[in-house]
Amino acid sequence: MVKATKVTNNIRALRFANGEMTQADLAERIGVTRQTVIAIEQGRYSPSLEMAFQIAQAFTVPLDEVFQYGGEGS
Amino acid sequence: MTLEERRSWTYLAVAVVSYGAYLSAVFSKAASAPLVDVDYVPAMLWSIGIAIVFGILLNIAIGIFTPRREQTKDARDRDIERLGEHVGQAFLVMGGVAALLLAIVEADYFYIANVLYLCFVLSAVVGSVAKVIVYRRGF
Repeated sequence: MVKATKVTNNIRALRFANGEMTQADLAERIGVTRQTVIAIEQGRYSPSLEMAFQIAQAFTVPLDEVFQYGGEGS
Repeated sequence: MTLEERRSWTYLAVAVVSYGAYLSAVFSKAASAPLVDVDYVPAMLWSIGIAIVFGILLNIAIGIFTPRREQTKDARDRDIERLGEHVGQAFLVMGGVAALLLAIVEADYFYIANVLYLCFVLSAVVGSVAKVIVYRRGF
């Protein structure tokens, strides 16, 4: 069974705050496909730690401004 | 749709169509003779051969027609590929065990060959379906 990830993100808001960056632009910056950016943005895929840092770096913000964890104990 | 997702669909389609063609060839011959007496070997070899050739040709065609920016194979593609192979591998093991048991009970070669072929196809189909579902719904 496919489980929804508990990791949420603000990628969409950050893209718009960064000059309306497109998903394709972000994908190109972090070296993935646009479909991967879409999947991450919609919470259908949890990126690796390295990819998460690359995304944060693309927006020049700390990691926890991009991703939040909604699991137990948070 | 990324290149890898298109490849998963292709692999699925080729496996289903080639095995379907094989089954229809065998069952059409079985109408006039008992199933175990059917000369299944040529049909099986043709089916496997055509599946391999079509798989290669379709992969080349997909590579040509997929936009360049969607041709990157990234970490998500690799994760999904691993999952699909993990799911499909279970059927290879089942096929091996089933063929072993059939050999132990000295079953007809027809059954041993066909249980192996069925499990190869199931491995390809279930693995590809798992990949396609994960591409569509996420994980």
